Amino acid sequence: MGGRERLLLLALMAPAAIVFAAFFLLPLARLFVIGGTGPTGWSAYLAIVTDARYFRSLVSTVLLSASVTAATLVISGIAGVFLERNRFRGRALVTAMLTLPLAFPGVVIGFMVIMLAGRQGLIPEITDALFNERLVFAYSMAGLFMGYVYFSIPRTILTVMASAEKLDPRLEEAARSLGARPWRVVADVIVPGLKPAFISAGAICFATAMGAFGTAFTLATRINVLPMVIYTEFTLQANLVMASALSFVLGAITWAALALARSFAGSSVAAAG
Amino acid sequence: MSAPDGIPIRLERAGKTFDDGTRALEPTDLTIEAGETLVFLGPSGCGKTTTLRIVAGLDQPDAGGRVWFGSDDVTEVPIERRNVGMVFQSYALFPNMSVADNVAYGLKVRRVDEAERRGRVAQMLEMMHITELAHRRIDQLSGGQRQRVALARAIAPRPRVLLLDEPLTALDAKLRETLRVEIDRLLRSLAITTVYVTHDQAEAMALGDRIAVMQKGRIAQIGTPREIYQRPSSAFVAGFIGAMNHVSVRADNGYLIGSGTRIPWHGSAPGGQIMFRPEDVSIHDGSVSPAVMEGRILSAFFLGDHTRLSVDLGAGDPITVRTEARCSFAAGDAVRLSLPAERILWPEA
Repeated sequence: MGGRERLLLLALMAPAAIVFAAFFLLPLARLFVIGGTGPTGWSAYLAIVTDARYFRSLVSTVLLSASVTAATLVISGIAGVFLERNRFRGRALVTAMLTLPLAFPGVVIGFMVIMLAGRQGLIPEITDALFNERLVFAYSMAGLFMGYVYFSIPRTILTVMASAEKLDPRLEEAARSLGARPWRVVADVIVPGLKPAFISAGAICFATAMGAFGTAFTLATRINVLPMVIYTEFTLQANLVMASALSFVLGAITWAALALARSFAGSSVAAAG
Repeated sequence: MSAPDGIPIRLERAGKTFDDGTRALEPTDLTIEAGETLVFLGPSGCGKTTTLRIVAGLDQPDAGGRVWFGSDDVTEVPIERRNVGMVFQSYALFPNMSVADNVAYGLKVRRVDEAERRGRVAQMLEMMHITELAHRRIDQLSGGQRQRVALARAIAPRPRVLLLDEPLTALDAKLRETLRVEIDRLLRSLAITTVYVTHDQAEAMALGDRIAVMQKGRIAQIGTPREIYQRPSSAFVAGFIGAMNHVSVRADNGYLIGSGTRIPWHGSAPGGQIMFRPEDVSIHDGSVSPAVMEGRILSAFFLGDHTRLSVDLGAGDPITVRTEARCSFAAGDAVRLSLPAERILWPEA
């Protein structure tokens, strides 16, 4: 590469570099520094692990995101392969409906969870009629789990469907000819074939669940996920230092998860989230 | 390894109609003898792969059709419980497993214990001359190596029946030849009942104990390679195996008369067209028996061990003559040809 060419490339990259620095690197660095300027200094970061409230929220957020990711992949895996393999009337409609949640903000999804499992919701009505007891779980982790799975499905199912289309049916026939029963074929052929899609879609799903706020905010009260804690620290307690430290850690964990997935899957994972 | 006992396969009125109504296979009766290699030969869409898939258990015959493995009615038995070995044109090796794991797969599924499994895999790899590839990934193999792995994988569990669906089609000509010889050696040593599907007549002739030539969902003719070549039952079969000349004639007073053609003929003439192989017609040597055809050479190709002439008889398609290379010919020369009466075939007979 000649000197002129290199100069031209640098010039072309400049706008992207400036935007990246201005809206990502600088705020992040500032966030990191603010996290260390409180009365306790850098130990604000330590507090995330030592303070039971922060630590519990961190753990429950990671667990929630991980279980949402697992549940979403199972559902999208089965539905994605089915939709790819079967042609039936209304298939396009079903696919479109499964991707519909992309159009809703988190608040609306929270509202839908309340309609379903809230105090006046459908599920409590049904359980009341059946067992004489109102099952209300919208305002708990269970409600959040449901909402998150709902809005995670569209983010994974299209990737799974695209990947399922490329599965070679001969591989399944070969496995069967060698004596593999259906479950064995799923475990030995279909799941390995879909693995890259699972990793890349799962990473995005995890990252989105880690940072999601609107749904948690709508369901509020008893839920203690990290984005909610950051919001509370920032607006109600005016604890800018702790909010910054928590934000930085939230970002770091999510980024690490994406990086890990990327190293497993090659380079097909978009660092979105 | 002990040769697995071959079993006969019987199809009983087995036909196949697809969901969209196309008839892929007319109801067919067929017996494949124990240990025999039967080759299904035909153009694409003739029903040969459908027949293979019915034998395999990947497709079900239409209602009324039955599939027998020996004395077992396996019509309702899915492929995973039929104990067959299958080899595909696209190899269909598991990309997430090594060569050795691919070969071991059928044994693992059958819960063969580890020590025996390892022994059998080593034996298979050696048999296919791929021992040194055992720990390679599939994407590191060439096409020929992949098909060797696929063969090893298919025979490792000692199947009752071996099914090969155009296994050499994806390979280049030279490799195809090598692997064909090897498959032949393998089939002879295993003595396993084998169904082989191909559109390549050379493969069919080389490997088949019998060949079933298929056309439009029917078996047009079934027989040994020799029978099919020498006594093709129709113009289609004749044209599919080897080259064949067609000449229009009419019977007239002890002769078959056509353009440039006058053949003494005393038998019945069951049609308006005769067929004969290029190697059965020869340049007239001036002996007492008269020449039966006269024409003009359109082209002459010297091919080393023989010369191929294209001869125009005045009307109809030019005929091809395969002759010894000693004499030289030039386009435009007039030639006189002999044809032994017993080599004449009637496509409509």
